[in-house]
Formats: sequence, C-alpha cells, structure tokens
Amino acid sequence: MNNRSRLALLVVQILIVSLMAALFGRLFYLQVAAGPKYKDAALSIQSRDVVAPATRGLIVDGYGVPLAMNKAGLAITIDRIAIDKLDDQGADVMKRLAKLLNLEYKDIYQNTRLCGELPKGQKAGCWQGSRYQPIPITKSADPDIALQIVERSDSFPGVDAQPVAIRNYPSYLDVNAAHVLGYVGPLTETDLLKGNGKQYFRSETIGKSGLEIQYDSFLRGEPGIRTVIVDRKESITRESQNTKPVAGDHLVTSLDVRLQASAEKALKDAVLRGRASGYTSDSGAAVVMDIKTGRILALASYPTYDPNAWEKGLTVQQAEDLFSEKKSVPALNRALQGLFAPASTFKTVSVVAAAAAGYDLNANYKCPSQVQVGTRAFQNFDSKNQGTMNMKKAIAVSCDTIWYQIAFDEWLRDGGLRPKSSANDYFFEAAKAFNITQKVGIDLPSESSSRLADRSYKKSWYQQNKDFYCNYKERATKAQQTPFLLQLAAENCVDGDKIRAGDAVNFSIGQGDTVVTPLKLTQMYAAIANGGTIWQMMVAKAIVKTDGTVVKTFTPKKLGTVKTAPSTLSFLRSSLREVVISGTGAGVFSGFPIEISGKTGTGQVFGRNPNGSLKDDTSWFASYAPSKNPRYAVVMMVGQGGFGASTSGVGVRQIYSTLFGVVGNKVVPGAALFPEGKPPTQLPKISPATKPKEASK
Amino acid sequence: MSQIHARQRLYRRSRQSLLHGWDPVLTAVVSLLLIIGTLLVWAATRDWYIRNGLDGQYYLKRHIINILIGGLLAYGTTVIDYRLLRAYTPFLWGAGVLGLIIVLIPGLGAEINGARAWIALPGGFQIQPAELAKIAIIIGMSMILSERTHDSNEPTSKDVLQALAIAAIPVILIIVQPDMGTILIIAASVVTIIAVSGAPARWVVGLLLLAVLGGFVAVKAGVVSEYQVNRLQTFVDPNADTQGAGYQLRQARITVGSGGLLGTGLFNGPQTNGRFVPEQQTDFIFTVAGEELGFVGSGFILLLYLILLMRAFSIARRTSDPFGRLVCMGVIAWFSFQLFENIGMTLGLMPMTGVPLPFISYGGSSMFATLIGFGLLQNVHARLRG
Repeated sequence: MNNRSRLALLVVQILIVSLMAALFGRLFYLQVAAGPKYKDAALSIQSRDVVAPATRGLIVDGYGVPLAMNKAGLAITIDRIAIDKLDDQGADVMKRLAKLLNLEYKDIYQNTRLCGELPKGQKAGCWQGSRYQPIPITKSADPDIALQIVERSDSFPGVDAQPVAIRNYPSYLDVNAAHVLGYVGPLTETDLLKGNGKQYFRSETIGKSGLEIQYDSFLRGEPGIRTVIVDRKESITRESQNTKPVAGDHLVTSLDVRLQASAEKALKDAVLRGRASGYTSDSGAAVVMDIKTGRILALASYPTYDPNAWEKGLTVQQAEDLFSEKKSVPALNRALQGLFAPASTFKTVSVVAAAAAGYDLNANYKCPSQVQVGTRAFQNFDSKNQGTMNMKKAIAVSCDTIWYQIAFDEWLRDGGLRPKSSANDYFFEAAKAFNITQKVGIDLPSESSSRLADRSYKKSWYQQNKDFYCNYKERATKAQQTPFLLQLAAENCVDGDKIRAGDAVNFSIGQGDTVVTPLKLTQMYAAIANGGTIWQMMVAKAIVKTDGTVVKTFTPKKLGTVKTAPSTLSFLRSSLREVVISGTGAGVFSGFPIEISGKTGTGQVFGRNPNGSLKDDTSWFASYAPSKNPRYAVVMMVGQGGFGASTSGVGVRQIYSTLFGVVGNKVVPGAALFPEGKPPTQLPKISPATKPKEASK
Repeated sequence: MSQIHARQRLYRRSRQSLLHGWDPVLTAVVSLLLIIGTLLVWAATRDWYIRNGLDGQYYLKRHIINILIGGLLAYGTTVIDYRLLRAYTPFLWGAGVLGLIIVLIPGLGAEINGARAWIALPGGFQIQPAELAKIAIIIGMSMILSERTHDSNEPTSKDVLQALAIAAIPVILIIVQPDMGTILIIAASVVTIIAVSGAPARWVVGLLLLAVLGGFVAVKAGVVSEYQVNRLQTFVDPNADTQGAGYQLRQARITVGSGGLLGTGLFNGPQTNGRFVPEQQTDFIFTVAGEELGFVGSGFILLLYLILLMRAFSIARRTSDPFGRLVCMGVIAWFSFQLFENIGMTLGLMPMTGVPLPFISYGGSSMFATLIGFGLLQNVHARLRG
C-alpha cells in the first residue's frame, strides 16, 4: 500500500470515529442530560388523567340543618372521542339530543368544545376538562328521556346518562342566604393562574363567592385521579394509577336557619312596607349577632337572587340582571358592602364625644327648633322646639339641636376654620373610639370599610376634587349647574379641605360623608351592650368530618375595647332603653313582652334616582336585647325606606318575635329559638337528612 | 513423510469448520446486532398488532426469514471464489441498472414516501434495486481501481474516470427517484474508494467539491423534490411541522430521550407500544432501543457498530490485496454513512433521509444487502495471510 493510500485510510478512519463520537454525544445528551425533559414530554403524549370529582362538604347551621348540600342529578354526557369519529363529528346526534332534551343545539355544541379549541372571546360555556371525560350537556335530565337515550345507544353513539352531584341550596323554611352561602362554578383560566399552591384539576368546581369560596379548601376534598396510558389511536393500554376521591369536610356555621328565614322575611316586608308608604325603598340589610361571642346568627341582604340558578345554568338575562342597576344590583351583599350615613343611630358616638369633652351627661340641655351655625340655621327634626331636657331624653326623642350646639361649640373651640394644632376633635375621636374605620373582619370576601369623614379625609378629598370644583363651570354638565350646586362648588374650591361648621354639625347627627356598613353598626351597638368589647364577627364555627371529627374551630377575636368610661356606656344603655320605653321606638315595641333597647335613624340622602326622583331617607333601627342582660344585637337598614321606626323598626320587632318565640304580645312557651337563652355551643352531628326544628306551637 | 503430510492435509481439510476464515469478532458483533434487531422489531410491533386483533409475531417471523435468507447470501458471498466474483460483477451491475430503470416506470415501480424506490413483486414482497446497485458499484469500482495494466503504484486518471462511470449511471437513476439518503451513502463509498486507491489527491478534492456544488444546484434547481426540501426545512426548524415530517422527528427524539439511562424495559415502552413513532420497525427502529433499553442499551448498540467498523478497518489494513482493501473501504463507508444517517436522523443530527439501520431495521432488501456486505468483509478476511 502506498503512502497516499495509508494516509487516506487513516483520514477516513478518523472521520468515521468522529461520526460515531457525535452519535454517542448526542445520545448522551438526549437520554441522560436532557432525559427528564423528554420523559415529561413522553408522558404528556402517552398518558391521560381522568379526574373523579370529590363530594363537596355540606354547609350547615348551628343545629346541623343543611344550608348547602349535594343533590343527585342525572347528567346526559357526550364522549368526544366517540363523536369525533363520526362523519359529521356528531352534529346530527347533538341536534336530535337538543330536540329531546329541550335544549338549544348551539348551547350543546358550545358546551362540548374544549376551551383550548375555541378562539379567544368565544369561550363562554366551553368544557374546561379533558377530552377523556364525559362532558355533561345537562345535569337535570328527565329519567324517562335519559332511559330512551341510553336504550337507543346505536342511535346516539357517544351519549351516556350518568348520575352526578349538583350543588344544591335546599331552602328549608324558604331561607335564601344567597349572599352568605355564595355559589360554585367551574374553574376558569384565572382561577388556575391564581393557583396559590393548590393542585387544581381543570374540571373541578370551586367556590366562587361567599362561604363557598372562603372555605373552599375544606369543602372541596380531593378529587380522585385515574391515569391511563394510551396508544396513538387513543385506546387505553393500561392503567397507571387510580386514587380514590376524598370527600370534602363540612362547614358548621353560627347561622340559625329559622332566624335567617325570619330576618329575610322581615327585611323583605320592611322594604315592601316602605314602598307601600310611597318611598323608593330599593335595598336593605339585616344583621343578628351574638354580642357575647361575635358570632353572626343571621345575615340578610335585599334584593337577593336564587343561588340554585348557577347550577341550573344562568341565562344571559339572569346574568345581566344580577348586576343591573335597574334591579338594584342583587349581587351586592348590602350587609358588608353597603355604605350609608348612619343618621341618628350615630348619636351614641356623640354622647361619647360629649362625655370626653366634659359635658355632664345628667345635666339638662336645650332642644330648640333650630340652631344658628354661621349664616345657616340648622333645623331640629320636624323643626319642633322640644324645650329643655336631659341628655337621656334627648336620645330617646332623638333631638338634633342639642348636638348641633355641642358640635358647633366644640368646633369653635378647636379653632373653627383655622383649626388649632392641638384641636380636641372630640367627635372624631369618639368615632375612632369605636374603631369605626376598622373592618369587622367577617369571614366573607369583599367587606367594605366604613368611612370617617374627619380632617385628614377632607384633605385627601380636596386633593382629588380640587380641580373639578375650582373649574366647575367647565367641568360639570349643564344639569349639574343649578344655583345651589354652583354655590357648593365655589365653597368647595375655597375651603373644601377643611372641616366647616356645617360638616361638624352634620357629623354629630350621623350625616355628611361619614358612612358605615350595617355590619359595623351592629358591632358598635353590640359593644355598647356587652360593656365595651369590639368583637370580630364571624359566620363559620367549625370544620367537621363526616364521621364527626372536628378538624378546625373558628373563634372570633376581640378586636378592641370602646375607649370611653364604663359610666358612659352605662348611660348609653339606659338611654337606648328609654328610646323604646318613651322615645321614638316606643310605638314599634309597644306591648312587646321582652325588653328591647335601641335607636331609630332616618338619614337624609342627597341626590336623585335614575328616574329623576329625589332620593328618600335611609331607614335604620339598631338594637339589642334583652335590655337587662343583653345577648343579641339586631340591626336593620332599608335604603330609601323612609322613617327609621316604621320601616326598619317594625322589621326588627318581627325578628325579635321569632328569636324569643313571641306571638303578638305574648311569649309562647317553648317557641324561643334558643331555649338556653343563648345560641348552641356544641357542634351538631352532620347529616344531609337533618331538618329544621319545628317550634312547638 | 509425504504420505504423513498428505494425510495431515486431508485431516486439515475435513476438520475445516463451516466458518473457516471468518473473523470471530466480526461474526460475534454482527450476530449480536442481528439478535438485538430481531428483539427490537418484535418489540416495535407485537403489542400494537395484538391489540388490534392481528398476529403479534407477524413481523418477527418475517424478520427471521429475512435474516436466514440474508445469512445464506452472506455465506455464499464468503465462500465464492474471487475470480467468480469479479466475473459476475458486470451482470450484477447490469441487473442493478435495469432494476433502477424499471423502478422509474409507473405501474411497475411503487412510490413510497415521495420516492420511486421499490419494485412490487407478487406475494407482497418488494425489492429495492438501489441496494443491489450499491454492492455492484463498490465491487466494480474496486475492480477497476485495483487492476494494474501497467507498472505503476497508483491508478491513472483514465482508471478513475472509468470507475466514476460505473458509479455515475446508477447514481443518476437514483437521483431521479429521488433517494438522497442513498446518494449520500454511495457518494461516500465512491470518494473513499478513490481516496484509498491511491489516486491523485486532486480527484478526491474535486469530487468533494462537486458533491457539495451538486447538492446546492440540485436543491436550487428543483431537481430535489419538494418532499426532500421539506425534510431539510424541518431539520433546520423542527417546529415547522411540514408534511408531518416535523411530527415524526419530534416523536422520535422524545421517544429516545424518554428512555433515560436504563430504559423502560424490552416490550415495556409506552411510546413504542402506543405506536406514536411512525415507521418504527423500519427507519425509526433505533427509537425502540432508545426508549426500551435506555442509554446503556442503545449506547451498547453504537459500541457494537464501532467495533464492527474498527474490525473492518483492521482487515483493510492487513490485507495485501488492493482489490480486497478497496472493497473493505467501500463497505466501511457504506455501513458508517448509512448508520450515521439513520441514527443521526433519529437523534436530530441529520434531516429525514429514509435509510434503514444496517442489521437491525426490518426490510428484506436492506438485510440482504448488508449481510452480503458483511460477507464481502469476511471474504477479504479469509484471504488474509497470517
């Protein structure tokens, strides 16, 4: 062999060895270095997870009566793998099903598309699960029709009937509690993104609002997963794992279904009563609280909606109605989200202010028909001159001018329009003594904080609105340029950042920009009744397993104490009792066999309704009972409901009647809801079959 | 004394084993590859066929038959006399070219995967004339470049041109099919044989340049079919899933990678049993090894090929017969480029080429051809002195 040949042979050999080395290197990379990545990719090609949902836990009241449970429904399902194999992808089958089940074909089609198959913006109603799960097109099929379908399976390939669990709100005693309970729905992309560590499977239902979302992690349990290995034709070759679902735990609340139903009815009656008296009466809330523990016994909001509508499937109209202004936004929970000026119910704060400012609570004061404040005369209610009286009577009859004078005097003492740096601000401090801006900490989402319109509030308000008011003629609409509003704008531009005399005076009777939620007012009155403890308010009591094991208990925290002397609180209690004995609340509770303490409130509201009419007064009644040894606080509010006593006050009497087992003017033995004089402390046994206790008549 | 020698010679002849003259290492390696290949073909097809109600051993049986026939052909190649081999070569070449022409005639030739490479025979059998042509080209060129009609140590330009002519005609016919994978293999063999024959370096360089230029022109001038271009595009950008080629390559890579270090176990691979990689018992057979035998198993296969090639190099070096040397080098180039194209494609180093894996892929024509190649190596080895 000559040298050229030898060299060529060597070169070829080296070349070929390098080719082999390249193969080795690449093989190593794919299988060892990047092996895990490819393993994952292979798993997603070859395996499928089929999720078996877990039974959702029940939500029950203090005695174990179910407020939310699961009902067996009959679902008609479509198997995508099967119908995709048909020539028309199952269009004919779906059309015939639509006719049989009285559904719309387009709804069935949309419901059986995977969300990933649909273009953005057209995903409403899509199936969030996988192709391997039977997709329900209805959950409440008629069993006869379902039988027809299943028997003619050759006519309906890929269609099956399956029992499913539907979330059901049983409405015992016609109870609603929609805002408290919330509702459930399928996971959306946003839910998945928000994950926060939870392992969600795409086809689960989760809580969307209320208690359902607040305690979702306890209620939903764990879905079972069956992982199967498939081949290219999507046939299952073997099962890789199969874990059984774990049922969710139950939620025991402090609500009482009988009291809740009564509060809802009383609220609705109050709203209708207001309307019957000619008021707009468009919304309302009622709260019943255990003042010694902070637990909520009833929480009602008006208007409301049927929580079962979500599982049945909301129509577009229903969805729109929930948030429609015209229908007063039923979705809103007014007890926690409604902010209204407290009006005369706020005079309890003024008493605390007066005491702090050194006024003798037992002395006599004038209650004239009006008080001159600057250039304006502030009128007493009904412009009546009520003569001279002690403060207790002033509260009882709800005299306004006594507070105007005190508030005006203190405002002047604090420096008037040029406030001192060491201003006492007794009235604002008194509101803060009740922790007015602090949320009550209820275990429901989206609680609003109440607003204190003090000096710092005014300053920041001015920052935000200065430009508008100082350029009012250019910024405001023609309709907003009435002489009064023009004058107001001019004033706002000049000293909108200050507490003016009018502001101070209005504050003392709970008017102006200071607004509270019904929950907050309940907490304040409970604090007066129980000797000064500001309680956190809670609905949940405990999480319990089906076998009775207690998983977790919830106890409201003490959030603070009212910063005032015990003697002041004691004075308040006796004043509030006087309201019902001889004051504005006397008529409502005349003849009532249980001693009630409370306060009426009739708040003026500035502005017009969408239909052009002037807004009516907010009706409030805040109370607690029994007066000597208080246990319960009850507050009702009706927006644009008119007078405090006749609209809300009567409603509150209705609630106390149920609570104490009163019919007319007599206590019926054995009819009181809580025979021990307080709500139950023991946790009930959980069973879907528990029914409300019948009151013995 | 001569009587004793005569008797000894007699005994020696009668004690000659069947595999007398065969390189034991080469034999062992190829046998291992054949056994592994059989198991892989079976694993690639058994589960899927059974699940679809067919005979799970269908491919196993046919593969074993292919090996047996191939084995006979190899044996025949090993024992055939050199002179007979050289005498038959022109007929072999002629048959190859004829086959390549027939394959291009519509109706006689079948178009599979964008190429007219097969002749369908009665009984469900198919043959690929290109495989036959490969052997004919190697032997033919080696013949021409090793004969010295004059007293020189190297082939003349005339010899080189003659050798190229032998290769050119089949190559042109294969380009028309088109089967670029096979063209590359033949080109490698051609250049290797010419280089090792001792021909002037300018021939080697020139040919290499021609190959590169030719490839360029072919793609630009549209001689290369759109199908082939797509394959190249998919190679460059695996996410451009053109004509499903991207899908095949992705599945292949994922299948190999998912085997990890130790693999999922023979017959136990979900990708293989799920039949997610197309053409798994033919072009993508290596994915079965990748998934089910892991890096250890598929690395071992690469090692076997390396040993095979190194052994063949050793034979090429040791032989004093120029013809034998050139034949060896031609076979080495053929085997190494074919396995690099096949495994490279599976692993994502090469575009789709459509050539089977020697000794392992299912397929009669390929198995026969590679076993004949093996036979040629053993033939050269048998004639080694000492």
